[in-house]
This record gives sequence, structure tokens and C-alpha cells, in this order.
Amino acid sequence: MLRDITLGQYYPEESVIHKMDPRVKLGGTVLYIISLFFMKNILGYMIAALFLGLVIKLSKVPFKFMVKGMKTILMLLMITVVFNLFLTQGTPIVTFFGKISITWEGLELAVFMAIRLSFLIIGSSVMTLTTTPNNLTDGMEKMLGFLKVFKVPVHEVAMMMSIALRFIPILLEETDKIMKAQIARGADFESGNLIQRAKAMVPLLVPLFISAFRRANDLAMAMEARCYRGGEGRTKMKPLIYQKNDYLAYAALVLYLIISIGIGRLTLF
Amino acid sequence: MGIIKAKDVIYEYMRRDEEGNVEGITRAVDKVSLDINQGDFIAILGHNGSGKSTLAKHMNAILYPTEGTVWVDGKDTREEEELWNIRQSAGMVFQNPDNQIIGQVVEEDVGFGPENMGVPTKEIWERVEESLKAVGMYKFRKHSPNKLSGGQKQRVSIAGVLAMHPKCIILDEPTAMLDPNGRKEVIRAIRALNDVEKITVILITHYMEEIIYADKVYVMDDGKIAMQGTPREIFSQVEKLKSLRLDVPQVTLLAYELKKRGVDLPDGILTTEELVGALKQNRKG
Ligand SMILES: Nc1ncnc2c1ncn2[C@@H]1O[C@H](COP(=O)(O)OP(=O)(O)OP(=O)(O)O)[C@@H](O)[C@H]1O
Ligand SMILES: [Mg+2]
Repeated sequence: MLRDITLGQYYPEESVIHKMDPRVKLGGTVLYIISLFFMKNILGYMIAALFLGLVIKLSKVPFKFMVKGMKTILMLLMITVVFNLFLTQGTPIVTFFGKISITWEGLELAVFMAIRLSFLIIGSSVMTLTTTPNNLTDGMEKMLGFLKVFKVPVHEVAMMMSIALRFIPILLEETDKIMKAQIARGADFESGNLIQRAKAMVPLLVPLFISAFRRANDLAMAMEARCYRGGEGRTKMKPLIYQKNDYLAYAALVLYLIISIGIGRLTLF
Repeated sequence: MGIIKAKDVIYEYMRRDEEGNVEGITRAVDKVSLDINQGDFIAILGHNGSGKSTLAKHMNAILYPTEGTVWVDGKDTREEEELWNIRQSAGMVFQNPDNQIIGQVVEEDVGFGPENMGVPTKEIWERVEESLKAVGMYKFRKHSPNKLSGGQKQRVSIAGVLAMHPKCIILDEPTAMLDPNGRKEVIRAIRALNDVEKITVILITHYMEEIIYADKVYVMDDGKIAMQGTPREIFSQVEKLKSLRLDVPQVTLLAYELKKRGVDLPDGILTTEELVGALKQNRKG
């Protein structure tokens, strides 16, 4: 069950999107997400869907991988939808108990929120599925490099993130293993109320933390043994250099932003 | 002087209580001296807690001796300005493959060492290619390490060290977490490094059958070097090995028992083929 989290996992494939400079993908994802919050009508979202669909098609990653990531945030999605549905003021459609009512405005907001969140998650999965974490953090490091002037440890943070990403699947697998071992000894993670269930997690977290610290210690030693000494004087195996395709992608992105926001902000009704 | 030389090395771990006061001292390495020649295949044996890992960590300046001196490629490991040269000439492979692979893709992991050393991009690619080919993992270069078997992961770790062009590789129980097949494939890769690339290999292991290819074997006990010699010399002393809590391979044990009961066999038989050969010789003679 824990392995269903696809966010932060890389899907190896040879595609235009995979080969694209991570800075384009990072910037593109951020701009895409921003564009989603600027739209006011369904036409805008159709253009956003079209654009996303095209990118997914180009990335050659099976669609079901993107949707897998959705499962984990389904709860969050539902809560947002319900809140928007019931708590928005406006013209009521139906009213329960004379007090709580679903309004036209609420319905519209709920639908748009659901679309935004789904596109947001799928959009960022496209980025993480097509970019190796190293590549991604390289991109961030280079994009945010100017912060070094303000004494922000950009390289260190980037390295920490890429290591964290690499260890997520390993730690998840380990959690699964410890969970099964505890279940075999009679632990119960499924029944009882929230507090009881949270309590049942404690014997899970303790061994997990111990093993995570041991791993961190081992990894630090292995990195030092391989001459790691921070970002200074380090060369890159895959340095980031913009190619023709990257400029084209930037152009496509700008085009998308103009069209989607231009049309998305029209008042239709 | 050889590639690695240790003279009267002592290392003590401090055990501390909760306030950080010294509670006791564990002497993990006790007056060890050794001299390892360039190009040799060395094996270090010993039961749990005998100080093998502690000694190994002295060989690439992860630990420094409490007393005594360690030289790597002629340089004292305590000289701070030589630290990175030492770590480059003596690479280290650890036991758990999951905790030493840094990259998310095999080739990126192998490139990690050269990147740290400041090798130019083009040369990094050449080094990655040749290292992955040397351990037979080139066709997996685009794979995620998480999806490899234990033996394959360990070969990637070896390639990662190899890409730094070390003179010497220290492997601390690289096969301890592997199944028999994985063990074989890793040992094969290590032997190839030694035979073909002429890299000095220091293999720390629990498994006696892995040391039969070694030029020289050290057996550690309680922080000291208890025995040293060729594999044949070591295996001919079955009683002593048993007293050091080491498992003697079954063939060697069988030959030893036969010999004790009067069968005429040479000392320190290492492989089944050798025993069969010797027994056939006996029947003819
Ligand atoms: N970080 C540490 N702090 C304190 N004592 C330690 C530490 N690491 C090891 N020791 C002690 O030092 C001694 C030697 O340990 P070492 O890990 O070198 O043995 P080893 O031969 O590698 O054993 P194994 O076969 O289990 O790997 C042991 O008695 C151990 O308890
Ligand atoms: Mg050890």
C-alpha cells in the first residue's frame, strides 16, 4: 500500500521530456500551476488539460503511473471539495435542515478546485517521473544559485533533497517490512479509533528511526570515502546546458500561458 | 614500503554515558603491524567484533590511530592536506549496498566519486563506462539501483570506487548480505580487478571459501593479528582456526579428518577438486 506513492519516483524512458533541461521542467511546472489558479472558466481548464495530455504523451510514461500518485491525496481532495461545496455563500440549489446548502457558486468552486488539485498533482508527477532527482536538484541548485550571495547553502540543501528522495522508496519498503513483522506478532494497525491507531504506530516508528539514523551514518561515511567535500571544486557528469529543444519548450510554454490565461479569464456566463 | 603499511596501530573506542563522561574504553585494534604490497590480493578474516572494520577504516583515513601510524601510498593518514589523495588511492566498499549508493541512476552513482574529485565532464563519462564494463554492469547503466539484485548493487558500488582510479580497494564484508549467487558474482568481479587491472584488493570476509584466491591472509582475533600466511598455510591449522571461532570449509575439514585417521593427504586442501585429485593419486600409488 505504501508503495503506491509515485511522487518523487523516476520512470526511466527515452523521451523528449526526459531529455529536457530540468530548469525548463521546473520553471514549466511552477508556471503551469500558477496558470491553473488564474483561470475562471471551463475553457481555460480544457486548454490546460490538453497541454498536460500532450506533455504526458510526449513523456511516454504510462498514464496509470500519474494517477497512482493521485490515490494518496484522494482524501485531501475530497475534503477540499466538500468544504468548497458546503461553505460557499451564494444562490442555493438544495438546502438541508434549513441551514446547510449547496450553492451554484459552491458547486463551481468545488469542481474547479478538484480540477486544479488533480492537474497540480499530475503536473508535478510528470516532472518527477521524467527527471532523476539528481537532475532535478541540479536544476534547482543552478536556478537558485544566486542565493549563494546571501549565504544560503544552496548546494547542501540540493544534496540533502536528492538523498532524501533516493531514500524514500527504501524507507517505505522498510516500513512495510517492519509493519508486517509487527502484524505477525499480533500488532493491529487497522482497528480502533484514531488515537488507538496512532498509538499502534509508535512501535513502528522507533525501529524505523533507528534504522534511518544508521543508514544516514553509513551513507555519510560512504560519501566521505568517495571524496565528497561539499560543492566546492566539484565537476558535473551531466552539466546543465540549454539545447535547441529547451528553447522550443520555453516558447511552447509562453504560448500556452498566453492562450490559456487569455481565454481562461474571459467571462463566459 | 608497500601500498598500505601499518605500524603498531592501536585504536580505542570511548564508551560514554548519558552525560558524555568516559565510561570505559574498548580497544578494537591492538598493536597491529602489516605491510601490503602493490598488486596483492589480501584477505582479512575474523569473527564478529574482532576489529576488522575498525582496521579497514584506518586504511582510507575514516579513522585515525590512537597510537601508531598508518601510511597509504607512502603518506601518513594523519596529514590533513593528503586526506583526499589518500581517499582517492584507497577506495572503500561497505557491507550494505543500499547505504552506499548515492545516485538514483546507476551511471550517476558511479560518476559521484570523479565529480567530487573535480574530474572534467568528458573524462567522467569515460571512467564511468570503463568501470561499469569492468564489473559487467554496463548494460544496467540507466537503471535505478533500487531495482537491482544485491549482487548487482554491490558491483555498482565497486564500479563507483573503481571510477576514482584507486590503487587499492578495501572491501568490508561486501558479500555478507548477499545470497550464494550474488556472492559468486561479486567475488568474480573482485578477482577480475586484481588479475586484470592489477589493483590491490583487501577483502574482509566471514566466508572462508572466499579467501582461497588470496595471496596472503590475516586472521584477526580480539584486535590482534592472530595468524598470517598463504591460504594453504592458514587452512592447514584447523585446530587453531576452530579455537578462533572460524568455520573451516567442509572439504578442508573432511581432508583434515581423513588425514587424522591415517589417509595420506597433503596439508591445507582448499577445493573439492584438489581432494578428489589427491585421493585418486593415493589409490594409484
Ligand atoms: N562506534 C563504536 N563505538 C564503540 N565501540 C565500537 C564501535 N564500533 C565498534 N566497536 C567495538 O570495537 C570492536 C571491534 O569492532 P569492529 O566493528 O571493528 O569488528 P568487526 O571485526 O568488523 O566485526 P563484524 O564482523 O561484526 O563486522 C567491537 O568490540 C565493537 O564492539
Ligand atoms: Mg565489520
